[in-house]
Amino acid sequence: MTTIEYTRGDFQSDQEVRWCPGCGDYTILASVQKFMAASGIVKENAVFISGIGCAARFPYYMSTYGMHSIHGRAPAVATGLATARPDLSVWVVGGDGDMMSIGGNHLIHALRRNVNIKILMFNNQIYGLTKGQYSPTSEVGKRTKSSPMGSIDYPFNPMSLALGAEATFAARTLDMDTKHTVEILEAAYAHKGSAFVEIYQNCNVFNDKAFIALTGKEDRDSNRIYLEHGKPIRFGQDMEKAVIFHNGEATIVDAASVDETAILVHDQTNMTMAFALSRLSHSPTGPTPLGILRSDDSRPTYDDGVSAQLARAKATKGDGNIDDLIRSLGTWTVK
Amino acid sequence: MSTTIEDVEPEFLDKVIIRFAGDSGDGMQLAGNRFTDASAAFGNDLATFPSFPAEIRAPAGTLPGVSSFQVQIADFDILTAGDEPDVLVAMNPAALKSNLADLRPMGTIVINTEAFEERNLAKAGYETNPLSDGSLNGYKVIEAPMESLTKEAVKDTGVSGRDVLRSKNMFALGLMAWLYSRPLEPTIEWIEAQFGKKPEVAAANIATLKAGYNFGLTTEATKNSAVSVKPASLPPGEYTTISGNLSLAWGLIAGAKATGLPLFYGSYPITPASDILHELSRHKNFGVRTFQAEDEIAAISASIGAAFGGHLAVTGTSGPGLALKSEALSLAMMTELPLIVVNVQRGGPSTGLPTKPEQSDLLFAMYGRHGESPLPIVAASSPSDAYDAAIEAIRIAAKYMTPVLLLSDNSVATGSEPWRLPERDSLPDFTVRFATKPNGPAGEFMPYVRDPLTFARQWAVPGTPGLEHRIGGLEKEEVSGNVSYNPANHQLMTDTRAWKVANIANDIAPVAVDDPDGARTLVIGWGSTLPVIKAAVRRVRNAGMPVAHVHLRHLNPFPANLGEVLRSYERVLVPELNNGQLIRLLRAEYLVDAVGLNKVSALPFKVTEIETKIREMI
Repeated sequence: MTTIEYTRGDFQSDQEVRWCPGCGDYTILASVQKFMAASGIVKENAVFISGIGCAARFPYYMSTYGMHSIHGRAPAVATGLATARPDLSVWVVGGDGDMMSIGGNHLIHALRRNVNIKILMFNNQIYGLTKGQYSPTSEVGKRTKSSPMGSIDYPFNPMSLALGAEATFAARTLDMDTKHTVEILEAAYAHKGSAFVEIYQNCNVFNDKAFIALTGKEDRDSNRIYLEHGKPIRFGQDMEKAVIFHNGEATIVDAASVDETAILVHDQTNMTMAFALSRLSHSPTGPTPLGILRSDDSRPTYDDGVSAQLARAKATKGDGNIDDLIRSLGTWTVK
Repeated sequence: MSTTIEDVEPEFLDKVIIRFAGDSGDGMQLAGNRFTDASAAFGNDLATFPSFPAEIRAPAGTLPGVSSFQVQIADFDILTAGDEPDVLVAMNPAALKSNLADLRPMGTIVINTEAFEERNLAKAGYETNPLSDGSLNGYKVIEAPMESLTKEAVKDTGVSGRDVLRSKNMFALGLMAWLYSRPLEPTIEWIEAQFGKKPEVAAANIATLKAGYNFGLTTEATKNSAVSVKPASLPPGEYTTISGNLSLAWGLIAGAKATGLPLFYGSYPITPASDILHELSRHKNFGVRTFQAEDEIAAISASIGAAFGGHLAVTGTSGPGLALKSEALSLAMMTELPLIVVNVQRGGPSTGLPTKPEQSDLLFAMYGRHGESPLPIVAASSPSDAYDAAIEAIRIAAKYMTPVLLLSDNSVATGSEPWRLPERDSLPDFTVRFATKPNGPAGEFMPYVRDPLTFARQWAVPGTPGLEHRIGGLEKEEVSGNVSYNPANHQLMTDTRAWKVANIANDIAPVAVDDPDGARTLVIGWGSTLPVIKAAVRRVRNAGMPVAHVHLRHLNPFPANLGEVLRSYERVLVPELNNGQLIRLLRAEYLVDAVGLNKVSALPFKVTEIETKIREMI
């Protein structure tokens, strides 16, 4: 097979990008286009499916096949497409409201089925397109147009939710960290099955600086816990912090206070560890894990299962014949 | 065993209507189906009407737990399962109580006497035993102690415990087989095939079947009452007995094959549409992909995804599910992708009557979407017709790049009738040709370039180099398909979508009017009322009064000649199992002063109801 050389520009559509100036979505779009150009995916085989919301405008800005569907339903549309066409590379893009509120059901079922789709959730912890209501990932107490006295809704922890839905791949990255985003996209693409990627995305109009603990110069080094498979989990400006298991939970300690062997070594195939790590942070106001929490290729994908059953049915019964089928209950002849 | 009656010469009837009724655990649907198959093998024409509780197992012995199966067999082409049964098989007091009112005067009742004891009588609300209080005096009663005779019949077969009485439905079936001179062989073959792995159960069922037959042959109670129905003189051809959900499923497979595309069926289990999912999931060797979705919305959304990917996509549901699919159906309309939405109508609104027939979703199919969103509607009018209706829906969807609503209902779905099979190799050719080349001035692909005749846009599927494009729910600019808020463009696109659908009227068969006598009164119907309207019309004509009949396959758009036909009659009657839905469309579209005959009482029309109304109008 010949590999086609693409540039980022090959994945840019001719449509004017219309997000607010300064929106984190621009950076994510650039990261995705950069990733696509180098991914080896043949352009006509890539499809971007979205629901509704600011993030859901994404397919219009990609020069691939795409569909801007309806609110919340992108994982279901993508499931049908990937099941019908396992030869394609199907990507889903949406925001936290799209994926976790109106489309929560489709998200969890796509993840448990392990359909070969890659889900990118741009989490800005706010409703942007409808101009600033609290979202299912907004923190308790958040004052918005629809919660003037502060939100009383307890938010989802997106990583815990995805893992609870049996996601075989769950990872988190940051809009502004292009290099890390591209790495995570590469890993998601290489993963066999559904991949859930949460991308913290700054909404500079309705929820500016929601992720300042991870992006601000002062705090970011002490709050970003980059996970790497097979490596002890240490972080901080001078790697002075570490994560250990204590009382059945992942716990942050001073690295100096524990024996080197007590420090948790990240194993992305270990579901229990992944879930424990997902509990380290809830809202990203302090130390927060970034990177691949879970990646497990051992579970068969849904679309492979469908194809295998079709092949088996054809092998055992032969290609279907409609004339025989309609006579299969027995016939009689009237002369 | 011989299939002829040895010592009693049967009296020949032209038709008989039999209703099997018992507790939902008594196997009445099975007994009814076996009787039907034996009659079909015998060459009778037939039509069936199963009726069962929505609850899986309502309390045994109670009125809500009664399940029944009605079959009409005849020596001529009959159309319905009949109005009033001639024979009622009542396996317990509740079955008798809830079905007796339907039995014709002087009809026959076959009673399982041992079920008529104090506790069962009380559960059914009987204060005295109807077998002894004289309340059945106007009927011919055949009493059989089915339980002890069943126990006796199976004692050497090796079954034990609860399995012993399980086969008592076979006793009833055997008795009915004797009464109506049905052959036992088809049932015995069926039992052997069904219970091949449990020879003792097969032996018990066969022994009980024969015991029932022999009970009829030998008892004084039934002697000289044997009757038979001769084979019907149906048009020549090859026949099978088919129920509507099966034939609809097969029609989807056939229609997809005609397009050359693989079939994708997305569905969420719902009564009474689930059997379509079950049937299609058995035929993966036809390349059929079935997707049992997490909900109704996912079922249609996944189907839209599959349609975008170039599959012939279908989603199937019943009333409440159609409501959930509404928003996604608008997306399919806006993106102009082919999609079939099957709605097996049931009693509504809300959960309504899930196992009962009704035609009350027509206006929802017509208008149940936000915005200006007309879509083609095709309706199946009988169990066998569902096959052709499915193929027609697929033809329209693929040719015009549009979602199509395919309406069935509980009567069509669960009823059965003989079906004269299409010839081998007679499948039409609807071959779909995907776009392969760019169509824009700069070598790009523009998804809303339209065919000048059909107004269909081109179907370009992912994986095709150079045709990358984006579609979606936002209004699209004509030709280019780019997002457009231009007011004139929205008017144009709205008009174009409506025109595309309206134009299909020129590509469907004009209505065929059945009017041999030059009538002044027209009966017009749609869907599952076809057989009963035909029967009523025939009765009126037999009484010497002319009446015309039109039955609609296409509800939107209507056939091009419909207005002219309606205006050529002085009186128009519209019978519907709803409170007046087609009639509203006809009055609005054609300004005809049509009269409605409407019913929503969980039952199909009786022939007499329509017949009486026609006579009144003439």
